Amino acid sequence: MGINMQSESSTSLSLMAENVSLKKNQQTILSNIHLQISSGEFVGLIGPNGAGKSSLLKILAGLDSDFTGEVSLLSENKLSLKKMHRLQRAQQIAWLAQQDVPTWPLSVQHLVSLGRLPWSKNISQSSPADLQAIDAAIEQTDLQLLRQRSVLELSGGELQRVLLARVFAGEQPIILVDEPISALDPYHQLHVMELLTEKSKQRGMVCAALHDLNLAAGFCNRLVLLNHGQIVASGQPAEVLTPENLRQVYGIEAYVDCREEGVVIIPRKRVK
Amino acid sequence: MLSTSGYRLFILVLLLLIGLSAVVALDSGAADISLVQAILDWLKGESSLASTVLTQIRFPRFCLAIIVGASLAIAGASMQMVLRNPLADPGILGVTSGAALGAVSVLYFGFAAAAWYYLPVAAIMGALISLCCVYVLAGLQASILALVLSGVAISSIAAALIAVALNFAPSFYAMQEIVFWLMGSLNNRHMDHLWIALPFCILGWICIFTRSRFLNALSLGEATAQSLGFHLQTERIILFFGVALSVGACVAVSGSIGFIGLIVPHILRPLVGYQPLRLLLASALTGALLLLWADVLVRHLDMARELKLGVVTSLLGAPFFLMLMIKSRSKWV
Repeated sequence: MGINMQSESSTSLSLMAENVSLKKNQQTILSNIHLQISSGEFVGLIGPNGAGKSSLLKILAGLDSDFTGEVSLLSENKLSLKKMHRLQRAQQIAWLAQQDVPTWPLSVQHLVSLGRLPWSKNISQSSPADLQAIDAAIEQTDLQLLRQRSVLELSGGELQRVLLARVFAGEQPIILVDEPISALDPYHQLHVMELLTEKSKQRGMVCAALHDLNLAAGFCNRLVLLNHGQIVASGQPAEVLTPENLRQVYGIEAYVDCREEGVVIIPRKRVK
Repeated sequence: MLSTSGYRLFILVLLLLIGLSAVVALDSGAADISLVQAILDWLKGESSLASTVLTQIRFPRFCLAIIVGASLAIAGASMQMVLRNPLADPGILGVTSGAALGAVSVLYFGFAAAAWYYLPVAAIMGALISLCCVYVLAGLQASILALVLSGVAISSIAAALIAVALNFAPSFYAMQEIVFWLMGSLNNRHMDHLWIALPFCILGWICIFTRSRFLNALSLGEATAQSLGFHLQTERIILFFGVALSVGACVAVSGSIGFIGLIVPHILRPLVGYQPLRLLLASALTGALLLLWADVLVRHLDMARELKLGVVTSLLGAPFFLMLMIKSRSKWV
C-alpha cells in the first residue's frame, strides 16, 4: 500500500471541489465553491468566524455528504469522493478537527497509533510497519519524552502536537486541518506551521483553516479567502491580503506591508 | 497500567480465580450434599440426590452468574466507550428497566409460556427501545448530566408501566412473583434458563467485541472516527444491538441486576488501559467473577428468606455511583 501511495503522489494528485453548495436548516452555509488543491501545496483557508471554513473542510474530507456539487480526487482519473469506499477515502484524506479533546486519558503513544487505523487489520497489536510509522511521527513532532504521558495532562501546545502526530502516523497524501494553531503561544504556532509546511512538501498537500493572517501569509503557498460561504479571493498571500479585501471581509482597517520576507498585517481599527 | 505481558498474566489470574470460585459456588447451597460425592455420582451416571442438585440446580446457577456478570460488564464498558461517558451503565441509563418492562409485559399476559423465545425477545426489544431513546435524548452531546437525566426519564417511564402491570395483577401471588423477579436473582434457575439466555448473549458479545477497532477510534470523537474510515451509523447500530441482546437476554432470566456494568470497567480502566478489546475482555471476566461471588455471598447469608442478588449488587453499586458523581462534579455541564 505504501509503495502504491508514493507513486500516486508523484503523479500529481489533487483534490477538487466543483460548484459545492451547502444548506443547513434553510440557511446557506456555502455557495458555489470551486477549489482545487494540488500536490506540494500548503493552502490556507482564511475568513471571519462563521464564513464556512470548517464546513468546507468537512466536505473536502468526505465527512459531510449533504452538499450539492462534487468533490473528487484527481490523479490519473477522476474519482468522486461520494462514490469512494470509506476505507479508501480514509487512506487518502486525513482530517484533524478543531479542538479535538480526547475523552479518555490515553497515552500519547496510543493516541498517535490511532492514525494507523485505516491500515491496520489487527485489532489490538500494531504491526512493525505501524510501529515504525508511529515512531517516525513521534520523532517529527518532538514527543519522544512524552510517549507514555496521559494526553489529558498535556499543555495545549503539546496536545496539538500529539494530535498532529496522529495525522502524521498515517500515510494519507491529503491533510486537512481545522484551526490547528488558534489556542497556541507563538513558539508552538511556529512549530505547528513548520511541521505542516514540511508535510506538504514530503507527502502531498495540506489545507488548513487559519485565523492568524500573518502566519497564514508567511507559511502558505496560497490563501483562499472565504466570506459568507463564498470564495472572495484566492491566490498568493499578497494578492489576497489587500487592504480592500480586509476591509470588506473582516471589517477592519489594516496596515499591510508587502516585503520580500512576506506580508505583514497590522490591524488598526474596525470599520464603522 | 499493565504491559502486554502483564495483561496476559492478569487475564490468566482471572480465569484461574473463576475456576477456583467454581468449586466454592458449586459447593454452596441449601441442600447439604458433598460436592465430591455429587461429581462421582454424576460421572458414574447415577441419579442420586447429590448429582441431581449439582447438575440441575447449582451448575445452571453457576453458569448463569458467569454469563450475566460478563454480559452486564461488557455492556457497561461498551456503552461507556460509545457514549464517551464514564457514568454509562445499562441500569443507570434505563436499559435494564426497559428490558424488565418488556419481560414483565410478557409474563403478565401469560405469553411467556407460549414459546421459549417470547420472554427474551420481549426483554431484548425493551432494552433496544430504551437504548435508542437514551441515545436520541442525550447521545449527541456528551454531557453527563443530559445522559443521567435521560436515563432517569426512561427508567421512570418503564417503572410507571411496570407499576400499572402490578396494580392490575390478577392475584397477590402473581404480584409477589413479579416483584421478586424484578429484584434480580439466580435462585431456582434451571438449564432451560441457561439455554434461553446463552445464544442471545453470545450473539451480543460477538456484536460488541467485533466493534473494538471502532471503539478505539471513537476516543477522538465521532467525526474523527468517521474520517478514519468507519461508518458511524452501522457501527453504532451493531453496538446497540449487541448491548440490547446481551442485557435483554440476561434480564429475561435473572431480573434486573444493577451496577455491575458501572463498577467493573471503572475499576479496570486504570489497570488495563484504554485499549477497548483489552478492557472488554477483562471486564467480562471480572464481571463474571464479581457476580459469582455476590451470588455465593447471598447463599451463605443465613436468613429466613434469601436476600436477592440484585439487592446485593445495588447495595454495593449505588454508593459507588454516588462517589463517581461527586468525583466528576466539575464535568457535569
